[in-house]
This record gives sequence, C-alpha cells and structure tokens, in this order.
Amino acid sequence: MNALLATVRRDLLLALRRKSEVLTSLFFFVIVASLFPLGIGPEPALLKKIAPGVLWVAALLSTLLGLPRLFAADHLDGTLEQMALSPSPLALLIAGKILAHWLLCGLPLVLLAPLLGLQFALEGQTLFILSLSLLLGTPLLSLIGAMGAALTLGVRGGGVLLALLVLPLYIPTLIFGAGAVEAQSAGLGVEGHLSLLAALLALAVFFAPWATTAALRIALE
Amino acid sequence: MHWNSVGEFFAMGGYALYVWGSFGACALLLVAEPFLVRRRLNEVRRNLARERLAEALDHNMDHISR
Amino acid sequence: MTNMNLINWFRFASPQSFYPLAGKLVPLFWTLALLFGAAGLWVSFFVAPTDAQQGEGYRIIFVHVPASWMSMIIYLAMAFWAGLGLALNTRLSSMMAQALAPTGALMAALSLWTGAFWGKPMWGAWWVWDARLTSELILFFLYVGFIALQSAIDDPRRADKAGAILALIGVVNVPIIYFSVKWWNTLHQGSTINLTRAPSMAHTMLWGMLLMALAFWMYSIAVSLMRLRAIMLERERHTEWVKHALE
Repeated sequence: MNALLATVRRDLLLALRRKSEVLTSLFFFVIVASLFPLGIGPEPALLKKIAPGVLWVAALLSTLLGLPRLFAADHLDGTLEQMALSPSPLALLIAGKILAHWLLCGLPLVLLAPLLGLQFALEGQTLFILSLSLLLGTPLLSLIGAMGAALTLGVRGGGVLLALLVLPLYIPTLIFGAGAVEAQSAGLGVEGHLSLLAALLALAVFFAPWATTAALRIALE
Repeated sequence: MHWNSVGEFFAMGGYALYVWGSFGACALLLVAEPFLVRRRLNEVRRNLARERLAEALDHNMDHISR
Repeated sequence: MTNMNLINWFRFASPQSFYPLAGKLVPLFWTLALLFGAAGLWVSFFVAPTDAQQGEGYRIIFVHVPASWMSMIIYLAMAFWAGLGLALNTRLSSMMAQALAPTGALMAALSLWTGAFWGKPMWGAWWVWDARLTSELILFFLYVGFIALQSAIDDPRRADKAGAILALIGVVNVPIIYFSVKWWNTLHQGSTINLTRAPSMAHTMLWGMLLMALAFWMYSIAVSLMRLRAIMLERERHTEWVKHALE
C-alpha cells in the first residue's frame, strides 16, 4: 500500500513541476464545451437538452488528451523498467500511476463541470448529479485509458491509435454518465445509472491495473 | 416456386434496390476478399522464390571467384 | 493412449506441419461453402415464402443475419486464438488470430451495409440507432482497432501479445457495450423500433438462414486459412521449412 501512495506522491510532484501539461487538458475541456453553444445557438432549452452529452463527451476527450503521457516519460527514462524490477508488485505501482492520473486529469474536471453546467442553463440538483456522475465516471475513463496507453506505448502513431482503441470502450461510461444527468433533468430517477456506473468502476478497479501491467510487460520486453 | 417471370424475380416485389443492394454487396466483397488474399499469397511465394534465387546466385559467384 | 493423442494433436500446432495441412483444407472448405451457398440461395429465393408484413424485402435477412453472426463468432474465435497464443506462447495460434481479423471486420461491415439496406424500406431510414446496429458498429471499431494495433507494431511477437490483450479486453467489453447500448436505446426510443422477428417465422425461412450461415461460416474458414498460409510464409521466411515448402 505504501508503494502505491509513494507512486502517487511522486507523480503528483512531477506534475507540479510541469503544470502546463495538466492545465492544457483542463482548458481543452473548457474550450470544447464552450464551442458548442457558439456552434448551435444560445437557446437555453436546447442547451439544457444537449448539456449532459456535450459535457460528457468533452470530459472524455480531455481525458484522452492526457493519456499518451501516462507512461511515456517513465518509459523513456527507464523508470518503468525499474518499477518492473522492484520488489513491490508492479500492478500496485501501476494502480498508483493511474490514481495520480485521475487526480490530475479527472478530478479537476469533476470540480469544473458545475461551472460549465451553468453555461448550459443547468440548475441546482442537475449540477450536483453532473458532478456525481463525473466523480464515478472519470476514474473509469482513467482506468480504461491506461490499458490503451500501455498497449500503444512506444508504438508508431501512438496517439491516434490510442483514441481508436479506447474510444469504443468508453461508450458504456458515456451512456450511463450522460444518461444519469439527462434522467435528472427529465425528472426521472438517477439511481439506476449511477449504480451501473459504480458497478463498472468496481469491475475496472479490479481488472484494469492487472491488464495494464500485462500490456506494459509486453512493451518492456 | 412463386415467381411468374424473370422480371418479377428481379423486381423483388418493389424491393429490388434493397434486396439486390444487399446481396450484391455481399457477393462483391466475398469474391474480392479471396481474390486479394490469393494475390497476397502468390506475391509472398514469388518474393521468396526470388530471394532463394539471389542466394543461390551469390553462392555460385563465391564458388567461381574462389 | 492419451499421451499419443496429445502428441498427434500438437504435431499440427507448428507452422511447418500446419502449412501443408491448411493447403489441403482450403479446397475442402471452399467446396462446402459453395454447396451450402448454392442450397442457401435456392431456399432463400425460391423456396422461402413471401413475408406477410415485409413482402420480398425481408429476404435481406438471408445475408444480414449470417454476416452478423459470423462477425460475432469470428471475434470470439479471434480472441480465443489470441489468448491461447498469449498463454501457451504458440506462434500458430497468434497467426490464426491475425488471419481471422480482416474477415471478421468484413463480416461486420457487411452486416452494417445490409442492415442499412433493410432499415431503409422497413423503418424509412438508412441508419437508425437501433441497439443491434449500434453494437455492430462498435464491434466493427473493435476489429479496426485490433488490426491497426497489430500493424503499428513492427516486432511480430510484441504485436501478437498486444493484440491478444486488446482482443481479450474487447471480449469482456462486448457484452457490457451491448447491454449499455440496448438500455440506452430503450430509454430513448421506447419500443417504436423493433427488429424482433414475428414468432411465426416459417420453417423454410429458418432453414434458408441456417444454410446461408453455414455457407458464410465455411467461407470464413476457407479464406482465413488462405490468409494464414500467407502469414506463415511471410513470418517464417528465414526458416528451413519455408524453403522446403516451396520446392
């Protein structure tokens, strides 16, 4: 467990030295979300209708933006090989890296989303559900994305390939995440969506670090 | 058999475009794929044969110069 | 006894003994595919009656359903062989997975194409966000991802292993994606669109569909074996057996 926390701490410290990388994907989220009203028109009823989908897709894309960097630097300077040789299980260290990635790329989205929701004429409870669905959904995006990042590590055209591999796998998260917000604005129950999102998260927490580790070992061979 | 004429068969009860569009696409692709695979196989064989010939020639040249 | 069987079985697990065997199997599966195809086409155009609701347009089912089935079966087969290649480190099973992928993608594409041609007269639109069509589209993306990942990695062994992990991740995800899309679909469209066949489907229709499915199946095996032979020669070009195989 200590190994996991140490990895998280290390990655956070490294990110503090390179703030721009984290901020880039955050601003990407804001800009993409702001482009939609400009393209579609400022009518509040329409914006309210498209808000869940737009904000979720924007969150999805901005998570994707940070993924190629998840393992790239550590792969280049040999840290990853050191990790593979270290006495603590590699899966635990990788889980730490994924957690750090979520803290840097996912959590800010959760905190920022209500502000963007205001731009889309969302109100009180719906904003809360938006944040809640992102809180459950963004870790899932990081976990699934990590598998893709590990598979495409050091591969020709890695970034585009990563999007091709990961985006189809993001679909269930998008459906349940955006669905929860939509159900809330339509006055329907949100428990179903949120519990399914939580179930997927539990499944991914269990399997994704393991699969990511297997993929990384292949890349390191 | 419930078609009275060839024309009726091809008309498919007004669904000609859809039925023949589907069956045609299937026929086209299912003929094209084996054709392309066949070409790939032949190409590999040809390249390998060429490589072997080049090796054999190299070998002979060595023999002569020695 | 069992020991003997095991040895015989594994004898074909190496490319050098499977290459000639595949060469003999290919014509066999082509013959089967043509026979089933001819019978299936006969049933689907001349035996199966006109549908009460959909007229002659329903005949698209005889290619649409087999293509959809094959796209799913091939994905499972691909993941199985890729996983076996990963677990046992056998070259042949990884090559098998690689040989299956393009045919699977083709089947998914055909299923989408025929689905659109069926949807237009029945639902009045080339594309509807029906749960099955949408999942088929995503399955197509998964195939494309698998092929793209394998072709982007130069080292064939690494390509095999990375592809295997991706295929296995896909297998876990396909049911999740299917159910999520289905749920999303029922939430958004209610039951206005329903592809489910009438319960009283004529026996001859079912027979036609089964024959066509068998034809597609045999076709897939034949064409994948052909591709497998090409892959074996490409990958093992520097080995002794390839030199002898061409003599």
